[in-house]
Amino acid sequence: MKHITDFTIVCRKQLGDHYFALTLRHPSQLPPIAAGQFVEVEVKGNRDVMLRRPISIHDVDPEENTLTLLIQIVGKGTRQLAQLQEGDRLNLIYPLGHGFAIEGQRPLLVGGGAGIAPLLHLAKCYHAKGIRPTILLGGRTKELIPVREAFEPYGQLLIATEDGSLGEKGMVTQHSQFAAPYDHICTCGPTPMMKAVGRYAVENGIGCEVSLENMMACGIGACLCCVTDTDEGHKCVCKEGPVFDALRLKKWMGLE
Amino acid sequence: MAKLETKIHNITLKNPVMTASGTFGYGEEFADFIDLSRLGGIIVKGTTGERRQGNPYPRMAETPMGMLNAVGLQNVGVGTFCKEVYPRIKGIQTNILVNVSGSSIEEYCSVAEQIDELENIPGIELNISCPNVKKGGMGFGTNPDMAAQVVEAVRRVYHKTLIVKLTPNVTSVVEIAKAVEGAGADSVSLINTLLGMAIDVERQQPYLSTITGGLSGPCVKPVAVRMVWQVAHAVQIPVVGLGGIASAADALEFLMAGAKAVEVGTANFVDPTVTVKIVEGLEDYCLRHKVEDINDIIGII
Ligand SMILES: Cc1cc2nc3c(=O)[nH]c(=O)nc-3n(C[C@H](O)[C@H](O)[C@H](O)COP(=O)(O)OP(=O)(O)OC[C@H]3O[C@@H](n4cnc5c(N)ncnc54)[C@H](O)[C@@H]3O)c2cc1C
Ligand SMILES: Cc1cc2nc3c(=O)[nH]c(=O)nc-3n(C[C@H](O)[C@H](O)[C@H](O)COP(=O)(O)O)c2cc1C
Ligand code: FES
Repeated sequence: MKHITDFTIVCRKQLGDHYFALTLRHPSQLPPIAAGQFVEVEVKGNRDVMLRRPISIHDVDPEENTLTLLIQIVGKGTRQLAQLQEGDRLNLIYPLGHGFAIEGQRPLLVGGGAGIAPLLHLAKCYHAKGIRPTILLGGRTKELIPVREAFEPYGQLLIATEDGSLGEKGMVTQHSQFAAPYDHICTCGPTPMMKAVGRYAVENGIGCEVSLENMMACGIGACLCCVTDTDEGHKCVCKEGPVFDALRLKKWMGLE
Repeated sequence: MAKLETKIHNITLKNPVMTASGTFGYGEEFADFIDLSRLGGIIVKGTTGERRQGNPYPRMAETPMGMLNAVGLQNVGVGTFCKEVYPRIKGIQTNILVNVSGSSIEEYCSVAEQIDELENIPGIELNISCPNVKKGGMGFGTNPDMAAQVVEAVRRVYHKTLIVKLTPNVTSVVEIAKAVEGAGADSVSLINTLLGMAIDVERQQPYLSTITGGLSGPCVKPVAVRMVWQVAHAVQIPVVGLGGIASAADALEFLMAGAKAVEVGTANFVDPTVTVKIVEGLEDYCLRHKVEDINDIIGII
């Protein structure tokens, strides 16, 4: 069941120049939310922004009835959202899409840029099952890897930066631990990164889930704007995804 | 309470608010948010003879107060619609109409014939904005003779209410409206999307894979109201108005311009409950303005 609700912002944190996090309280009991599901956020106050913006659910606190969004400022909508203050209201449609399956005994979670957002809730879901995932986060510089400390309690944290300002120097796929014997990989981030990770997993017979970030208009499967190529033709990322089994995305990854 | 009931040919609408094809899925997508039985009608996704994949991604771009789309009629095809989708939605307590599309007169007729068999579908909306592949891709809806031909052909095989949806991408929409009226249409609806284009100057590329696409949303409303007003004064059959409606006041503009009913499209993406808010807004307006029957304000301009 999907909902549309006004949440109240109970915490706003600026994380460097490019990111901020909003913790939002639901007026009553929050429904169950799977890791990888997302919300459609209403953006008010900018006449050039009409459509909602899809944002992953970064963290969930069922006791406090709060969820947290981690947002990268990339354009007019996210810049407008960055103006929000504690106490403001924010209208969300949620929870949307299908999340990760929480599979494998030795999982690797690979994130880059704003794609690290869903991985925190995901790491917590693995942790709750008694599994400690390896979490590999990448960015051009360390400033582009926000909230890395938040991951530490839930798994083994590895970092790769292109300029070497933190962790190993290079892309996530070049990290010395990337090719360790994992039995499942989950990835979310820039498209070239997800394609590289997905191709590696498929070629090595490792189960892999990829979380796509296609442009969306409705987020609920009504407009058919957000499609990706799959083994069964065009599928809506908002409804059938955003998380897909990499085997379904071979064409998208350039393997067919 | 004011009477909101209106009529489009043989179809009685409990209120004038319907949903626009391609923006409301098969209705089911909105069932979590609103009581679908509160709507005057639901016009489902454009349906063609065979299943279609539509255009490549990216096929959407936001523009000021609107959006461009190039979905390109992705749909399951009429066979699957009748077998799988129809049984799921036929019980929804409102008028369910099917938007019928095609690339040839034969395809339009074949889809219309199959929909004619479905008991709980009281009418179709014929989308004549599609290119005719047999005539070099020229739009059926941009030429009065071609528009009349396709409507005449469908009229012969389809026996329930036939609404013809007009494209605004013509010099004289009145001329096309008169042509389809003459060919046997029971009603016309307008407007479909306006042909548009947007360029990402940073990447020096168009936003859409198809370069051009259909513009919709609040930015098209003044054009749509003007066209509805012109057509409502030129034809005898009922007119359904749409294009940029996002509030009861927007809907009232179309009603006053002469539309017997309206359709809400892009606004559903911004607020999935907007249709019910518009119904409530119409009730409220009638109360404030002491309008006893919504038909009393239709076409007053
Ligand atoms: C399922 C899903 C989950 C997402 N989760 C998050 C998240 O947790 N945190 C986060 O910061 N972002 C997330 N995104 C991306 C986010 O939706 C976009 O960054 C946002 O919509 C951009 O809006 P804007 O108005 O700021 O940018 P615009 O002004 O619309 O565009 C600015 C630039 O950003 C690019 N852009 C716009 N939309 C997207 C998009 N959907 N994906 C990639 N690039 C885009 C445009 O091409 C343009 O170059 C997610 C997207 C999806 C589909
Ligand atoms: C994503 C999208 C898909 C559409 N698909 C169809 C379609 O299949 N058939 C059709 O006749 N019109 C289609 N339309 C046009 C709408 O039904 C409507 O005519 C147009 O969007 C103007 O109304 P609006 O401004 O309220 O959206 C589509 C519009 C959008 C935005
Ligand atoms: S965004 Fe509308 S169908 Fe996915």
